[in-house]
Amino acid sequence: MHIELREIRKHFGSVKANDGISFTLEEGRIYGLLGENGAGKSTLMKILSGYQPPDSGEILINGKPKQFASPAEALNNGVGMLYQDPLDFPPFRIVENYLLGKDGRAWLDYRAAEAELQGLAARYGFDIDLHAYVDSLSLGERQQLELIRLLAGGAQLLILDEPTTGISAEQQEKLFQSIHQLASEEGKTVVLVSHKLHEVQQLCAHAFVLRRGKLVGEADVPCSNEKLVELMFEQVPVRSARPESQLGEPLVEIRDLTISTYRLALKNINLTLRRGEIFGLAGLQGSGQELLMQAVAGLVKPESGVITLKGRNVTGRSYHQMQAAGVGYVAAGRLEEGLVAGLTLTEHVVLAQPQYGFLVDWDRAKEETDARIRRYQIIGTPQTRAAELSGGNQQRLLFGLLKEPLELLLLEHPTRGLDLRSTDYIWELLYRRREAGTAILFMSADLDEIIERSDRIAVFSGGLMSRVVEAGKTSVEELGHLIGGQA
Amino acid sequence: MILQATPLMIAVTGETITERSGIVNLSLDGSMLMAAMTGFVVGLKTDSVWLGFLAAAAVGALFALIVAFGSIRLRQSQVAIGFVLTLLGDDLSAFLGQNYTRIPGPVIKRMGIPVLEEIPFVGPIFFDQDITVYLTYLLVALTWFFLFKTQAGLKVRAVGERPEAAFARGVNVDYVRYLYAIIGGALVGISGVVYSFNVKLGWSEGHTRGFGWIALAIVIFGGWSPIRGALGAILFGATKALATYLQRAFPQVSVVAFNAIPWVLMIAVLLMVSSNFTERLVIYMPRRIQRPIRRLLRVGPPMALGISFGDD
Amino acid sequence: MNLRGWIARAWPAVPILAALLFTTILLVMFGASPIESLEAMIRGAFGDQSKTLSVIAFWIPLLLSSTGLLVTFTAGLWNIGIEGQIVMGAIAASWVALNLEAPSFILIALEIIAAMAAGGLWAGLTAVLKTRGRVHEIFGGLALNNIAIIFTNYLISGPWQPPEGGTFRGTQPFQAAALLPRYANSRFSPLSLVLLVIAFAMVVVALRGTFWGLKLKALGKNLRSAFLLGVSSEREVILAMLFCGALAGMGGAVRVLSWFDSLRQSISGGIGFLALLVVMLASYRILWVPLIAFFFSVVLNGSITLQLRTQLHSSLGGILTGVMVLFVLLFGDANKLRIFGKKKSHE
Repeated sequence: MHIELREIRKHFGSVKANDGISFTLEEGRIYGLLGENGAGKSTLMKILSGYQPPDSGEILINGKPKQFASPAEALNNGVGMLYQDPLDFPPFRIVENYLLGKDGRAWLDYRAAEAELQGLAARYGFDIDLHAYVDSLSLGERQQLELIRLLAGGAQLLILDEPTTGISAEQQEKLFQSIHQLASEEGKTVVLVSHKLHEVQQLCAHAFVLRRGKLVGEADVPCSNEKLVELMFEQVPVRSARPESQLGEPLVEIRDLTISTYRLALKNINLTLRRGEIFGLAGLQGSGQELLMQAVAGLVKPESGVITLKGRNVTGRSYHQMQAAGVGYVAAGRLEEGLVAGLTLTEHVVLAQPQYGFLVDWDRAKEETDARIRRYQIIGTPQTRAAELSGGNQQRLLFGLLKEPLELLLLEHPTRGLDLRSTDYIWELLYRRREAGTAILFMSADLDEIIERSDRIAVFSGGLMSRVVEAGKTSVEELGHLIGGQA
Repeated sequence: MILQATPLMIAVTGETITERSGIVNLSLDGSMLMAAMTGFVVGLKTDSVWLGFLAAAAVGALFALIVAFGSIRLRQSQVAIGFVLTLLGDDLSAFLGQNYTRIPGPVIKRMGIPVLEEIPFVGPIFFDQDITVYLTYLLVALTWFFLFKTQAGLKVRAVGERPEAAFARGVNVDYVRYLYAIIGGALVGISGVVYSFNVKLGWSEGHTRGFGWIALAIVIFGGWSPIRGALGAILFGATKALATYLQRAFPQVSVVAFNAIPWVLMIAVLLMVSSNFTERLVIYMPRRIQRPIRRLLRVGPPMALGISFGDD
Repeated sequence: MNLRGWIARAWPAVPILAALLFTTILLVMFGASPIESLEAMIRGAFGDQSKTLSVIAFWIPLLLSSTGLLVTFTAGLWNIGIEGQIVMGAIAASWVALNLEAPSFILIALEIIAAMAAGGLWAGLTAVLKTRGRVHEIFGGLALNNIAIIFTNYLISGPWQPPEGGTFRGTQPFQAAALLPRYANSRFSPLSLVLLVIAFAMVVVALRGTFWGLKLKALGKNLRSAFLLGVSSEREVILAMLFCGALAGMGGAVRVLSWFDSLRQSISGGIGFLALLVVMLASYRILWVPLIAFFFSVVLNGSITLQLRTQLHSSLGGILTGVMVLFVLLFGDANKLRIFGKKKSHE
């Protein structure tokens, strides 16, 4: 099956997620699709797999243009996508999950389905208990099932979205074997969306690299990692020296921290943060940085290990307790996880302050809000509602709500979606806090920001933390390698 | 006893279907009242029981349609709309039916099933009833078969559990929700008129009041399964019948206490389902029976119940 | 202002007018004249002093409940269990009335306190089921409503039955000292009006002027953000329900001690559910609630006379109010109807 994408475009608001992407896929080959967060990979694949329509452009299958109204239609045309979180039905039995939407038959033939499943599982070496319910399976097993379902549904093109995140090493091997089998023995086309360079090198024959919505290059693989990294991350001139600051004594110590969730396991993290230090966490989404920060903030309970703050053991303390201990946390979703859309600035300021008495002194609150508006240069009035502020001003508001002083400030993507001026201003505010002795731990998808602003950096990839590097001595390339999973 | 439980069984089955597709139709009490009245009046005027059934079904479907439309198209709260409709159904039925109270109307006759009604003890209870009862047995069985053995039923359940995944499999989520809300609503409507023709003959103000709420409770403690729901309805009917018997056995406990049982059971089931209390217990049991017990305890509500699909 | 602006301004009146139209059509269908019916309803509400006082007496517990609901709605809760809270308040007040002997003002004080405590705790039970047992407050509330009603029936037919034998109508009448002092042989008790004013003022202050009210507002709008800003949802949910239950319980006491003189089978008169409608129709705006509640009281009480005068069933009043709420819910929000063109496509 020959697939061609022509000039695919898709925008969300003013953001061009896909800006005129074209390439072709030949049958029997394994392709890699690489790119940073926000490069447009998942948008493109969602379009190809039928989950959403493109704004313009064409998909041609064997020369004929096709439009997919839903993933089911795409599957009928031979295109199937395996999501990172498989779109299956946890409360169903495995057989039921397999049977849904499979064919036009009215009655469900459980026995035939089970036999089919058995056969397919055997063919690819998957070992699954077919009588179980979907929600009792591990992520890797659910993936295997979904793969089987897609193949049984006639997929000739398989798109795998970061398939090795959250599965065991064994399952990963199995997966790779199956992918090889599918491509070489069965002539299927596979697209592997991944940020792990070594996997792409191992499996793929050809790689496409996206950056900021465009296809910036392709390469036959295996090739040198440098070449791929160069394509993925823009080259930036080395920054001039930035203000030296005094680093204080150790403030936060993290020892052998292990956190497990359903999809990710962070093991044996060791980290020390000093007063006045800015520590950057790099890595693609879902690699573990958020989890680490949430654990330190008290939002997630670690399985084992110790976190100490100012010498006191604070492991497992609740979020509100950590707040009281001087830890501030700013989440990435400004309106989802930080501000309340319908409340005014004044109301936010009141909420963020310690309660002094029973009744709110609205006059005093308004004065305080005015002061903060001035101090943080927020474009808005005390009566403006949070939802009416622009992104940059929302972020300033979030900062303006933080207590002063803080021991530790945790930030998820502090400047995401902000223009240059707002970004600079936010960092001004952070530098001021740093001077006051606050330790700052932040994560960002922008490697330039990480290098420019941090004192030290650690990179997360697939639940593993790299060695710690000094920001002044590293480069975008090195970080890119670390993200790619190489030590 | 079975006769009493029949309309409840129908309503519970109908609402189970609707909730399985993800829509909560809180208007049951009101729509039953309205359907009972309408069905009775139509049956009276046309002297046809079956036209009465049809009218009642239409009314029930209409109520459900309003809830579904309000939720899917207008993105309003299913709870709010269903709740208002409950109260409205009560008032509207009282008003529109005011000239028809306490008038005798069509009745459905009994009809025993030849061999089955000879079975000792069980026979006369279950098989010497009228045709609606037999049809209800059939309904429950068909619904169970539909939900668990057909592709269409699987789709309904999928829409109620995870609409975005159902969409990915090619299911038209909105269409499914409308369709099965209407079907479920029609069944609820029929259950109302069965009262008028069968159980509590005729019509009067507030004729079936309260039964709609009880049906909602039974759907929950029946674990959103048609057969368990039907058993729940029978159990409810049984408790009423047994109440007098139990009263003699336990004279110190008042009869009215037994009325509270369905509600206590409902809370108990919800507690069991929503918290992980049972999970903690199950872990202590020997491995071999863990799976069958887990299977037994699978009584969770559809995951997407009450949530609008495609919310921004 | 262009046409669009005019339509946007005037839109809120559309569902109300539509509801009036609907009800008028029903009227006419049954052979009554709209003018006559309107006149009968107004006369039923304000015709003489006793009727007007009845309207006020019905309004008071209705407004007490509605005010309480404002608190729970602010916190994002659907307190359908309010009926049960009213009933439990009435039961508690009845207990005091039937079992204690004291001078009137002490009795009344105890009754009110007992009623508030009972209503509050009943609501608290629903709250705990929600926070600890994760049972949605709608189902918990429904169940507790029915249990409260069943309990009432038990008391009426059993331990508290009147000396001449149990009917299902009501308990034995309370001692005179236990009842709220009434004005001019009506069902209106000025004391209840005082309580109402205090309660309403407290709620207004609480919601608009306290930290707690602000926390509730944040919770109701965005649970996650509120949490991250430091608001503990469990505590606030329970407190909000306790507050509402207490007010509802107070309403129950007013019902049983001034509208009636004993505990009756449907002691709440459906006021709990009506209160939910009132708040919905008022679009959750605090200052509209007393007006809308009064409107409800006028219509519902006036409908009784309507039935006497025009042979129209008194449920017409309930139909009018119900349809208003329904229409407002369905098409009161012009934005949601996409009258002004399609919304941006979602993603």
